[in-house]
Amino acid sequence: MEIERHEYDVVVIGAGGAGLRAAIEARQQGKRTAIVCKSLFGKAHTVMAEGGAAAAMGNVNSDDNWMVHFRDTMRGGKFLNNWRMAELHAKEAPDRVWELEAWGALFDRTKDGKISQRNFGGHEYPRLAHVGDRTGLELIRTLQQRVVALQQEDFETHGDHEAYIKVFAECTVTRLLKDGDRISGGFGYWRESGNFVVFDAPAVVLATGGIGKSYVVTSNSWEYTGDGHALALLAGAKLINMEFIQFHPTGMVWPPSVRGILVTESVRGDGGVLRNSNGERFMFNYIPEVFKDKYATTEEEGDRWYTDQANNRRPPELLPRDEVARAINSEVKAGRGSPQGGVFLDVSSRLPAEEIKRRLPSMHHQFKELADVDITAEPMQVGPTCHYIMGGVEVDADTGAAAVPGLFAAGEVSGGMHGSNRLGGNSLSDLLVFGRRAGAGAAAYIDGLPARPKVSQELVEEAHAEALAPLGRSGENPYEVHHELQRTMNELVGIIRKAEEVSEALEAVEKLKERVQLVGAAGSRIYNPGWHLAIDLRNMVLVSECVARAALLREESRGGHTRDDFPGMNPAWRRKLLVCSTEDGSSVTVEEKTQPTMADHLIKLFDRDELAKYLTDEEMTEFDGIAKS
Amino acid sequence: MSYKAKFKVWRGEGGEGKLEDFTVEVNEGEVVLDIIHRLQATQAPDLAVRWNCKAGKCGSCSMEINGKPRLGCMTRMSTFTEDETITVTPMRTFPVIKDLVTDVSFNYEKAREIPSFTPPEGVRPGEYRMKQVDVERSQEFRKCIECFMCNNICHVIRDHEENKPAFAGPRFLMRIAELDMHPYDVADRQESAQEEHGLGYCNITKCCTEVCPEHIKITDNALIPMKERVADRKYDPIVWLGNKIFKRAK
Amino acid sequence: MTQTTPDAPVRRQRAQIKVRTLRTDRWWLAPLLTFLALSAFLVYGVWAIFDGSYYLDPYIAPFSSPCLTTSCAEGARLFGWAPIGDWYTLPPGLLILGLPGGFRLTCYYYRKSYYRSFWLSPPACAVQEPHGKYSGETRFPLIMQNIHRYFFYAAIVIGAILSYDAILAVVHKPLGLGSWILIANAVLIVAYTLSCHSCRHITAGRLNHFSRHPLRYRAWTFVSKLNAKHQPLAWASMFSVMGADLYVRLVAKGIIAFPFA
Repeated sequence: MEIERHEYDVVVIGAGGAGLRAAIEARQQGKRTAIVCKSLFGKAHTVMAEGGAAAAMGNVNSDDNWMVHFRDTMRGGKFLNNWRMAELHAKEAPDRVWELEAWGALFDRTKDGKISQRNFGGHEYPRLAHVGDRTGLELIRTLQQRVVALQQEDFETHGDHEAYIKVFAECTVTRLLKDGDRISGGFGYWRESGNFVVFDAPAVVLATGGIGKSYVVTSNSWEYTGDGHALALLAGAKLINMEFIQFHPTGMVWPPSVRGILVTESVRGDGGVLRNSNGERFMFNYIPEVFKDKYATTEEEGDRWYTDQANNRRPPELLPRDEVARAINSEVKAGRGSPQGGVFLDVSSRLPAEEIKRRLPSMHHQFKELADVDITAEPMQVGPTCHYIMGGVEVDADTGAAAVPGLFAAGEVSGGMHGSNRLGGNSLSDLLVFGRRAGAGAAAYIDGLPARPKVSQELVEEAHAEALAPLGRSGENPYEVHHELQRTMNELVGIIRKAEEVSEALEAVEKLKERVQLVGAAGSRIYNPGWHLAIDLRNMVLVSECVARAALLREESRGGHTRDDFPGMNPAWRRKLLVCSTEDGSSVTVEEKTQPTMADHLIKLFDRDELAKYLTDEEMTEFDGIAKS
Repeated sequence: MSYKAKFKVWRGEGGEGKLEDFTVEVNEGEVVLDIIHRLQATQAPDLAVRWNCKAGKCGSCSMEINGKPRLGCMTRMSTFTEDETITVTPMRTFPVIKDLVTDVSFNYEKAREIPSFTPPEGVRPGEYRMKQVDVERSQEFRKCIECFMCNNICHVIRDHEENKPAFAGPRFLMRIAELDMHPYDVADRQESAQEEHGLGYCNITKCCTEVCPEHIKITDNALIPMKERVADRKYDPIVWLGNKIFKRAK
Repeated sequence: MTQTTPDAPVRRQRAQIKVRTLRTDRWWLAPLLTFLALSAFLVYGVWAIFDGSYYLDPYIAPFSSPCLTTSCAEGARLFGWAPIGDWYTLPPGLLILGLPGGFRLTCYYYRKSYYRSFWLSPPACAVQEPHGKYSGETRFPLIMQNIHRYFFYAAIVIGAILSYDAILAVVHKPLGLGSWILIANAVLIVAYTLSCHSCRHITAGRLNHFSRHPLRYRAWTFVSKLNAKHQPLAWASMFSVMGADLYVRLVAKGIIAFPFA
């Protein structure tokens, strides 16, 4: 068995925003860096981000600063966030955005020539640096071009573009390799040829994104199979907050090809209303008690809000994402859904056609081209879609280091930053801030390393055998197992969870685990999607188990985790993190861990009244002590 | 609402291959990529196709459908009649790896040949001040999702493999235009656009603009303005003279 | 860096597809129509140049304006000016034909249309061209296309003269159909000329900071809007100039002779 072998200092897995930013940092610190990604270079899921990157630059409202951003982030995450990450994020996001500009990004501008910033849900001030509705594309292209710029520099000095940073595109890593406790590299295969490859590297940065492909309806691409989550678990690292998954309330439900694709929040912001099959604006029936005084109770008042926001309360269509998602879910379950299983989002009866085209050009285009629906003439059909996982690898806030020495994680695959719910716009800035920190963390780790860990031939052979296994079997079609898993997760561990249903899902996952062991892939190793899926299934099942187990344990509703049987938020649970780990990959154990207490200088940024909604009495007593001192 | 459609899909490895016939179910609202996926899931599990976002935003699923370069995810089945045979082939200009997947490394090599954004010295991050009107032109080009269909359809390299070394293709000539129009870029790009990247090969027959899924006016807004800028520099004695005098006066 | 690559990369080649195109639509129709229309224009142009009936007060046929020789009728001369003497015996239209002709020949739109329809390079998108070699506009003679801007300057002058002719005709014969045909033609010619890509470049396209040149930026915005219609304007003005020219000649020949002709 001869396997292609590459030696690097840092291997970054994933070439989205976080991965590229980490790789750039590692290379800038003089480390030989490999970027390994499943798709082509520049195609990562980051391109799908529309809204913008949140950074308290204060270009539009000069009252904005990192403290306000920090507060917004903590509120959004219902105080479950890792406070140190939220602090670093709020402080460093502006520098990361400015840096992009120096690398060639062209954001939309304010009148005085600065980066323009837009309003978004949960952000107190206009804060999102953006380029129309394609900010993610701008971000990924800028980072991609920065990598190319560094390669050009290397060509100047070393005569080889790839001397210090190389992209291994369409290459999947299936196992991390260890030497004792430490990371020593990774094992993977080229999607194109099916040939195997070993990376010999003392540091690995995971930046693989999320897990959306475990669900039927998702805004995520095929790449989101939880690879990084699973690789980390299998290498002995821990995952936290896996029960928190953000469902975006409005995804397209039809046609099938685009099911789950996002319908931007601004449709509702610009006057779009949600109706059920009876033509009723049902959101008025779903205003929760805590929001009763902030939202309109009649259609007339809600309608007046669009023109006069000072004297009217906003319509309930603009409730937080989780509330709207749950409401839509209930309507559909009660049999009042649209023909294709969503509800109607209608803007056509609300605004003149010309106005719709002017305000929502990309939505008009998206529905016209993908669904042949003219949103100026007929309502859209929308439903909740799996959008983002708040949970991920537990990391050190400052360096992105996971529990396993040499393993780092950044972006969606890492956990903690967003607590139980992520604010729109905080994702792109998260990628940049913690991508850079993970890259720097990896570089510093290598500098402090006494000896380079060695790749164990035994582990390589194990990984090799594991990857080849599905090809040798004539077992079940992997697509069927995948569909089954997606259905299970969607129906039983979806937006609204119940103990019985989640337990049922766990049983189903147990059975799926066995079936995964038996799937077979026909054909050769050359670009064989069936085989690729068979390998990815291991990750999806493992991660799904984490989600389900954590969801079963957390007996409260908070952010992206809603328990029908425990509808309220419970301050005692705020102090607890659920930590997933595995011994050998055959099963997942979840343990409770106490959430670290917020630093004094940060907790003082909040009003007592606000904290009282989230913190336990005991914590409040502590706070009173701090506030006095 | 579903029916059986006739498909011919090019299958093969490393250039050798042929069109294979399939009859496959089509449901309402589906796109060509859905049908390819159905073939994968039911009849040809190892049928290779590259795809990612399925929403026309990543530019991965470029293929040729009935001879025209298209994104598989943005080509609705309803644009064909039910009795039509739909032919799906890989992009012609690039070497084929397997089935519908081509080796697009040509594009990444060309990207590397274009000197990167070069800001003036001394401008620190955060100090950039640009007016919206000054960035709009380059912003249009930055909408590019790098599906490489413009480079695929451009006859300069599609029909003449031998031109590949000398020609960057519409995608990267547009990248040069983007940087040349960037308010903060100080690199000299006009001579090299002609001399090194083959702008002169373009005969503005506009196929790149026709296939662009982002509807970027590649020819009118990038290539022709770039040709005019090159003409300023290389072919216009009056501008040349004016620049000389102006520079001296300074 | 130790790197081992056991498998030599497979020799890569394109998908072997023998047919020139797999397009199923009538892709040949557009180049065919273009070919016919441009050919008709050429044929008409040759005929018109050698046709002597280009003037009937107050109409002058656009193909022969400005008339610069002493052989031109008094009223056909531009400001009564005739710098070319009796020694010149060829048709006067030949003298100026090169300017609008050259403008159209090097026009970015016409280039597209004749490269496609006459030279088949390519005949249509994704249809293989029949040539073995291709060097585009990198060398002589096609590198000369870069002088388009000079033809643009000349075309501005020609456009002004045609407008002047048309206004003069309206002043002298406000009720003549021919006067208004000439006006319509002049409008289309001027619009086509101003929509030129070189014009767009000269107004402000060459600048990187629009914000520092607000007037030029406004001009550019206007020209850009016209420029988006360059193709339809090219066709419209081609047919209008042909139509107006023919009309004047037919009137001059007495073939069209109704009262308000």
